[in-house]
Amino acid sequence: MNFFNILAEPVGVSHYLLVGAVLFTAGVVCMVIKRNALGVLMGIELVLNGANINFIAFGSPVLRGESTVSIGLDGQLIALFVILLAAAEAAVALAITLNFYNNHATVDVDRAEDLKG
Amino acid sequence: MNTGFAITTGSMFATIISVANINWHGMFFAIFALAACAMAVAVVLTDNVVRMAFYLVLSLGATAGLFFLAGAEFVGAMQLMIYVGGTLVLLVFGVMLTAQAPFVSMKTPQRDWVLASILAVCLLAVLVQASVGVDAWRTAAVSVGGGVQREAPEPSATPLGMALLGMRVDNDSSGIVTPSIRSGYLLPFEIVSIHLLVVLVGAAYLARAKRRRTPRAVETAGQSELKEEVRVAS
Amino acid sequence: MADFLIHTGGLPDWIAWAITASLAAFFILNVIAGGALAFIWAERKIAARIQDRLGPTRTGGKFGWLQSLADGIKLLTKEDLMPDGADGLLFRLAPYVSFCASFAAFIALPFAFDFVGQRLNVGVFFVIAVLGLEVFGVILAGYASASKWSLFGAMREAAQVVSYEVPLGMCVVVPVMLAGSMDLVTIGEKQAGWFFQWYLFHDPFTFITFWIYVTCAVASVNRAPFDLAEAESELVAGFHTEYSGLRWSFFFMAEYGSMFLVSALAAILFLGGWNGPVPVASLLGLSDGSGDTTGYFVRLAGCANLMTKATLGVLIMMWVRWTLPRLRIDQVMTTCLKYCTPIAAVMFVGAMLWTLALPGGFFRGLGRPAGEIREGWLLGPGGMSLQVQKNGEAPPSSSRFEQSESPVSQVGL
Repeated sequence: MNFFNILAEPVGVSHYLLVGAVLFTAGVVCMVIKRNALGVLMGIELVLNGANINFIAFGSPVLRGESTVSIGLDGQLIALFVILLAAAEAAVALAITLNFYNNHATVDVDRAEDLKG
Repeated sequence: MNTGFAITTGSMFATIISVANINWHGMFFAIFALAACAMAVAVVLTDNVVRMAFYLVLSLGATAGLFFLAGAEFVGAMQLMIYVGGTLVLLVFGVMLTAQAPFVSMKTPQRDWVLASILAVCLLAVLVQASVGVDAWRTAAVSVGGGVQREAPEPSATPLGMALLGMRVDNDSSGIVTPSIRSGYLLPFEIVSIHLLVVLVGAAYLARAKRRRTPRAVETAGQSELKEEVRVAS
Repeated sequence: MADFLIHTGGLPDWIAWAITASLAAFFILNVIAGGALAFIWAERKIAARIQDRLGPTRTGGKFGWLQSLADGIKLLTKEDLMPDGADGLLFRLAPYVSFCASFAAFIALPFAFDFVGQRLNVGVFFVIAVLGLEVFGVILAGYASASKWSLFGAMREAAQVVSYEVPLGMCVVVPVMLAGSMDLVTIGEKQAGWFFQWYLFHDPFTFITFWIYVTCAVASVNRAPFDLAEAESELVAGFHTEYSGLRWSFFFMAEYGSMFLVSALAAILFLGGWNGPVPVASLLGLSDGSGDTTGYFVRLAGCANLMTKATLGVLIMMWVRWTLPRLRIDQVMTTCLKYCTPIAAVMFVGAMLWTLALPGGFFRGLGRPAGEIREGWLLGPGGMSLQVQKNGEAPPSSSRFEQSESPVSQVGL
């Protein structure tokens, strides 16, 4: 019951958290389900962005005011660091994927079973 | 009769205009939020990897819009420049390099979809319950009217820059914060700089063009001798 | 302007904002579209004269004024083709992605003091970030055309644009550092006065930075001599080979829009923006001389100033295009990584050291006691002014913008 009232209220932290939740879930499903290695990478990006939305929501000067839910500037700074680290990790992951493609002539993660059993 | 008609429509219009109140902040939030969520779901549902990349670009662009609406302008611009304009370009390059015909659309078997949907529903339920359950998070602390344009915008970049240099200059009037939260971010800044350098070198090394062990001409000429040598050596 | 509508017109808030936003968007759209029309005509005339011929001379009189209009009508009536193996959705979306990126960057571009779509505190950063998004339209066009030539052109252009963002960013940081803010309105405001107040003449490092910026900007918008993505003699037409009619014209509106944008950005960052070479308004007593010109006509004149400078920049780009030969892709990359980036970095360090030693710039700094300026500069943007302001004293201001612009005082400590 509580859930549908949220659509009538002015935009607050909860709305941002909902968007973050959807992105996070989509990212997790993407990581689980995709056969293309680059698809898995895209899932990771979605997960990190969902988390970023949460951080920004809690650290937003527009949404917080003087309430106790604000973590102030820390939210934006943490989101900044997440963006930087996501870029770094995407670069390395892409390098690994390209190596895999060069060695196995495929990007299908189901074929990556050399170390299996 | 024509004038009467005109007068009634005019007055109806006037009342609608005076009574209705579109909160542009809320409307744009709805647009960006729907775009981000819809594109994220599209990334999951589509099979074509190039389209997946494109939908991801749109989703992250909408997320940057959400950042701007939340007042985090610097982080929004950072997201556009680094995430969308850098990381995703890298990803799209990777997609283009490996987009041979059999790999562009790879379908997942049906049973995996069932498991994934169950996982998605459970996770989403938990997260939504956490988001809407806390009452303190539901109300907007600052009521945002129709327009949020100020005469001169608050410097949103300067407090961030100062914090990265180790000095916190943001004004926290609540007085509840503990000293540990107010620490500067100089050390993480330095660590991330070194980290990015290491990643740059490492990724360049990992993705280098590898030389063949023997040049082609020699191989075709003395193939049998080479194989014998290798067998003897191992 | 929204305030005018709210208070004078008595309209409710939301309609006033909607009308203001629509008018601003309409204005910017006209700038891009009208500018594209004018620039296409100018390009053909300039190309013709440089190549010792006449160019369009028949449509609409002796100078072919209506040639662009005729071109537009022709493009509208062309057959709408799509290659057989092309990805339908991506093929159709690509021109709009390019155009949207180019158009969105105009949001933060001021045409005069406070004549800006949205005055962002991170204006410069936003413009550079959105300019870099144009590459997605190009990649999508190249891939979705299902043609080798398109894909090659698209990949080359993407590599070029992304590489040149690095020295472009470093060149842009120099005026930001000199002004102390990323807000484009503030950067333009600080160059008010005579033409030697412009950042171009601030110190020799900024002067050289301007030329590096010009090189990187030309490479960023893929104009000659960096236009191997559209290399007409090599790749048929690069990434827009398979596009015809209105879709092609969207790519070109995006390109001319970007050219105008980087020229306008150069004008604001280095050439004083909307301030003319002679401060007519302050000399005539129309404003209080602080650069904060709120008179409407002064702002209109400033807008005309900025458009003139930006148009000059675009015309110079066209001139360079038809004069210099095209660079190869390895030469393009060498220029970026081996020349532009190190030079931009050295210039940044040099400008920083120069500002520490001689804060007011070459012309403002001479003739004032160095101690006063150094103190004012150090106490202004952060640093020790925390203690100074807690004691209730005001920091000495070396320039008239110190008080209002000091970011620490604005944060409210």
